[in-house]
Amino acid sequence: MLKLNHISKTFNPGTVNEKTAIKDLSLHLKKGDFATIIGSNGAGKSTLFNAICGDFLTDSGSVVLDGVDITFQPQHVRAKNIGRLYQDPMRGSAPGMTIEENLALAAGSGGWLSHVSKADKKQFREQLALLDIGLEDRMTQPVGLLSGGQRQALTLLMATMVPPKLLLLDEHTAALDPGTAEKVLALTKRIVEENNLTCLMITHNMQSALELGNRILMMDSGDIVLDISGSERDGLTVDGLLEKFNAGAGKKLDNDRILLSRKK
Amino acid sequence: MTLTTALALGQTALKLGLICSLTVLALFLSYSMLNVCDLSTDGCFTLGAAVGAAVAISGHPFLSIIAAMLAGVCSGLVTAVLQTKMGVDSLLAGIIVNTGLYSINIAVMGGSSLLNMNKTTTVFTMMKDLLAETPLAGQTEIVIALIAVACVVAFLVFFLKTRLGLAIRATGNNADMVKSSSINPVFTTIAGLCVANAFTGLSGCLLAQSQKSVDINIGQGMVTIALASLLIGGTVMGRGGIFARAVGMVLGSFIFRLVYTIALRFNMPAFMLKLVSSIIVVLAISGPYLKKQWPQIKRRLTHKKGGI
Repeated sequence: MLKLNHISKTFNPGTVNEKTAIKDLSLHLKKGDFATIIGSNGAGKSTLFNAICGDFLTDSGSVVLDGVDITFQPQHVRAKNIGRLYQDPMRGSAPGMTIEENLALAAGSGGWLSHVSKADKKQFREQLALLDIGLEDRMTQPVGLLSGGQRQALTLLMATMVPPKLLLLDEHTAALDPGTAEKVLALTKRIVEENNLTCLMITHNMQSALELGNRILMMDSGDIVLDISGSERDGLTVDGLLEKFNAGAGKKLDNDRILLSRKK
Repeated sequence: MTLTTALALGQTALKLGLICSLTVLALFLSYSMLNVCDLSTDGCFTLGAAVGAAVAISGHPFLSIIAAMLAGVCSGLVTAVLQTKMGVDSLLAGIIVNTGLYSINIAVMGGSSLLNMNKTTTVFTMMKDLLAETPLAGQTEIVIALIAVACVVAFLVFFLKTRLGLAIRATGNNADMVKSSSINPVFTTIAGLCVANAFTGLSGCLLAQSQKSVDINIGQGMVTIALASLLIGGTVMGRGGIFARAVGMVLGSFIFRLVYTIALRFNMPAFMLKLVSSIIVVLAISGPYLKKQWPQIKRRLTHKKGGI
């Protein structure tokens, strides 16, 4: 589904601030793959997502999604096939517009001058009800009134309303309280399974990296240093994962949040 | 002040308020919805007036209105392209277009800075003939302005609920969201500014035709006046749906004009008017802000006096 062929990206080349964020990275995701990504701070996880979404052009290499080379496609064109959630719940929806209007934008059906129909509203309502957080009765309220967790759940629904070819989750539960995070994570799991989505998820929680999906990717210094799937992944523990990382990257993992999240 | 003068004042305020509320509605779209402060408004307003006058003088009263709106679209297109495609800051883009339009406006008026329409057939003179025998005779300007405002408000209520309208609102409301969605912010900004400036052009055209002349300075300070009206309108009717807010804009424009005309009555020299509009703008912006701060100030004062 997604093929990254030797992509590289260096920021501020030729200056003292030169930073190679992605170094000759290749990745092949099959349709229906759900890979979790873990790695140190500054390993290039979010930059990888930015490269896939087209926030910037890669310096070299190509990005192929579902057989189409999207390396030079503008961001909004790629966005038709890629759903993305950020860590910040405020980034994914428009606070001054109602829940219904946000969903209408996400559904994106019809021409530029089309209105939201009764049938659309009914469908929005049904889909909101599936989230099971009571949003279906608040359709005409502005999104700005929702809590972070509710907004992230809504963003998740918006991103997957028209099932995207690829779903990118960038620590999308990190800013939520543990209870809400768990709920959003369970929701994510269900939506991804139901739609058989191809999905990449950045997380700092080793446990959820092990529990969710069918593949673990570990990044370090702009490259994927570990790619674990299948039988090798079954029965792997957090400690086992850390050991593998140390062996793969040749150094200790230095992400505080990852190390702290192990302790519970 | 007698009742008749009060009525006359209210009538002038209503007429000017309605005609200028079209510009306020334009800013409602570009400033409140798209979150772009379009400083080309002054020039665009004059452009609408000049183009409308030139076309009307050549004998096409209805075409003059369409032409003025199209001129506004072109002006908005240039402002939008400058800020989305050519890396010009959005405030600067407006200022640049505003400056350039000065020359264009004089060119449109055939090289003079004043066009007279005393003997020209306009929609106003036509409506005057039409209403001559009815109770509405003498209210021509208000009738036409009302029709125009009703059309524009109806259009905005329709437009802002369409998919394009929603996309325009999202662009102004959460740029981050739009960046990672399939909405192209370049397209929505261009579309929004084109539509908004069409209304500004219409507003200028109607003002010029109602006062039967265009002066190159007709649009000067328009952006300030419109912003003041917009803020007053937002204070009066800030909450509620698009329709309520749009009506609030029209109300705001009327209230502003009312204050303005009353100020005129106090034997104020004409050159003081710009200062008056600036002060009204400041009051409209700071009023709500200071009102919000007031409980804190009160709390501090009671604390200083030894209270709790």
